[in-house]
Amino acid sequence: MNTNANQPTKNDEKNFLVKEVVARHQHSKGALIPVLHEIQERYGYLPVEIQEKVAKEMNISQAEVFGVISFYSHFATKPAGKYRISVCMGTACYVKGAGSVLDKLKEKLHVKVGQTTEDGAFTLEECRCLGCCGLAPVLTVNGKVYGRLTIEDVDTILESYKNDGGIA
Amino acid sequence: MQFFRSHILVCGGTGCTSSDSAKIIEELDKLLVDKKLDKEIKVVQTGCFGLCEQGPIMVVYPEGTMYCKVKVTDVAEFVEEHLIKGRIVTRLLEKSSDVKDGEYAIEKSSFFKKQLRIALRNCGVINPELIDEYIAFDGYKALIKALTEMKPDEIIETIKKSGLRGRGGGGYPTGSKWEFAAKQDNDQKYVCCNADEGDPGAFMDRSVLEGDPHSIIEAMIIAGYAIGANYGFVYVRAEYPIAVKRLQIAIEQAREYGLLGDNILGTGVKFDLEIRLGAGAFVCGEETALMTSIEGKRGEPRVRPPYPAEKGLWQKPTILNNVETLANIPMILLKGPEWFASMGTEKSKGTKVFAIGGKINNTGLVEIPMGTTLREVIYDIGGGIPGGKKFKAAQTGGPSGGCIPASHIDTPIDYESLIELGSMMGSGGLIVMDEDTCMVDIAKFFLEFTVDESCGKCTPCRLGTRRMMEILDKITKGRGKMSDLDELETLARDIKAASLCALGQTAPNPILSTLRYFRDEYEAHIRDHRCPAGSCKSLLSYEVTEDKCIRCGLCAKNCPVNAITGSKKDEIPFVVDQDICIKCGVCYQKCPVDAITK
Ligand SMILES: Cc1cc2nc3c(=O)[nH]c(=O)nc-3n(C[C@H](O)[C@H](O)[C@H](O)COP(=O)(O)O)c2cc1C
Ligand code: FES
Repeated sequence: MNTNANQPTKNDEKNFLVKEVVARHQHSKGALIPVLHEIQERYGYLPVEIQEKVAKEMNISQAEVFGVISFYSHFATKPAGKYRISVCMGTACYVKGAGSVLDKLKEKLHVKVGQTTEDGAFTLEECRCLGCCGLAPVLTVNGKVYGRLTIEDVDTILESYKNDGGIA
Repeated sequence: MQFFRSHILVCGGTGCTSSDSAKIIEELDKLLVDKKLDKEIKVVQTGCFGLCEQGPIMVVYPEGTMYCKVKVTDVAEFVEEHLIKGRIVTRLLEKSSDVKDGEYAIEKSSFFKKQLRIALRNCGVINPELIDEYIAFDGYKALIKALTEMKPDEIIETIKKSGLRGRGGGGYPTGSKWEFAAKQDNDQKYVCCNADEGDPGAFMDRSVLEGDPHSIIEAMIIAGYAIGANYGFVYVRAEYPIAVKRLQIAIEQAREYGLLGDNILGTGVKFDLEIRLGAGAFVCGEETALMTSIEGKRGEPRVRPPYPAEKGLWQKPTILNNVETLANIPMILLKGPEWFASMGTEKSKGTKVFAIGGKINNTGLVEIPMGTTLREVIYDIGGGIPGGKKFKAAQTGGPSGGCIPASHIDTPIDYESLIELGSMMGSGGLIVMDEDTCMVDIAKFFLEFTVDESCGKCTPCRLGTRRMMEILDKITKGRGKMSDLDELETLARDIKAASLCALGQTAPNPILSTLRYFRDEYEAHIRDHRCPAGSCKSLLSYEVTEDKCIRCGLCAKNCPVNAITGSKKDEIPFVVDQDICIKCGVCYQKCPVDAITK
């Protein structure tokens, strides 16, 4: 593999990442999804430039790459906000009022599920059963779990992140 | 090997980790060193004990004392009292437990008494990251027996005789599936494990992977030997990071020990496996879609036949089994098919794990013999409904299943009885609902799920489920017509008949079953514009009952949108402005004298 000895530009970085990941998975069958997982894990999301490079490196059409990305909700083509709030909409959480928690978040953040606030601070997401139904209803912020929520907790949680890291 | 006088088991399952069990372990380790007890007492991070409601859970052996809801700040007291002075910290015991003669054992707790743990046998018992602990509990013994004493067809015969049926939903006999694949003449076959766990209220497969990953590896090697496959895939949800990590560690350890590879235990048998991550598509739990996804494509289902046992992954004969199904395999080989078949009902043998959640006191994982009644699960093991509320229904089978109403609470649970009631076993989510849960809303919840997850390949599923959801939405907003109910039933019949895969074929079940048992609730929404459970927001209006109101002002103070006005000082009655009210229910919860009605 050709490593870039000169100062890497943003583009080289992406090139390098894609090449490296594809090379490592090349031997295995059905490698596209594992490749996308790893790139997203490291790059955060899968913009068009990356999709192009993956298609080229793997010798498949860009349509195939995009077809897979658009099929699976886990793959994102846009970057997420600084804090990803994910509300569990599993059955146990729903029965215990997760719907109202989600409504409250939508109202406070002025976004729909899947959107990011204008300042780039929060992305609101839904997920399904986090496996801690004993704490239902549950939400996570960048993976940190908040359980046994009431609607009022939403304010406290949002405040704690707004005060942290200088978000207006 | 070092000998310890005592072991402290701390749950490292997802539920307890979420309430900081890792920090408890850190603190324990630190204090044990401080008190110079670290050579005598060992802390072990295990998988899930099942009693998630009371987490984080910590159990001390040899005495078997179970501590619940342990906090980091409790650790010092525990070390001082229990470990040094030998006195139980009673305030941290589970509520239902009796302390007799200063002794209390986990087995006596009402939550565990009626359970029979086979698939979950090692969860909460061993450290899942150490292969030696699995081996110490008879791990890989079934594999040795299979490879050295049994022929492939004997293994298949044993599984058939045990009566084991798939735990992933369908309940297809596992032995017959294996037999079908074994008969195929092909130089390449595959074994797959379904750990996609799509039911949004179930987490048993995750707990087995987190708490006992080697049992799945062992079973897959046995399956490979039985059908003549030398490679396997475990398809795991991407949302299960702890499970993936522990399974990866387990695979590496198994390779190191020669339990995976080209010459397993010197027998010349070859098998290896790898993990593939799902990417958030529910339909990929369906067997043909799962295989398409492993192939690296859009996970759309294929028409069957041909069945995967004939033409599966890359058109090669493939078997797919659920995690819990596989977890039973080693035990069946070790203890014999008769032992397994002695448990359960006529057509459903063995045990089933359920994830009980919702309006129940002991949320968690339970494993019970097939044929246990719903009443035993909910009241004896689950500890009943919180707040003295009334049990209304239990939902099983997730988005493909239905509700079991209170009138059938004494039904013994098995594959057949649940189907008869219009539900299904599914993978084992069991959500308890009380009088405050609206059944129309629950049906809508599941329909929203299927609309979201329909892959779009076939029209009845894609458009039909959307149409049903729109009707339900109208009904919950009080804009339904009586004729909508007939339309729902017609649509349901058509979608069931015409959909390509089981996702669509079962999608109408949540509606059909709630219509069957709770038709009056649908009618109340339509005719009286009333939600009997008081849950559908559009049909609610929060009002202050003047004679009950003590004018404390708590409602107005807590209202997030200032919809409530009134004054304590000036004796102005409190009222809710319905135009401003967002129906969040905070006033209802805050009122100390129940003066707010909905
Ligand atoms: C839409 C859909 C989703 C499914 N999801 C799962 C799942 O998450 N886990 C699972 O084990 N089986 C699931 N199944 C059932 C599988 O298709 C398959 O029957 C099962 O994994 C076979 O294993 P078993 O015989 O051991 O149960 C699903 C089926 C359908 C139609
Ligand atoms: S349903 Fe939310 S954690 Fe299980």
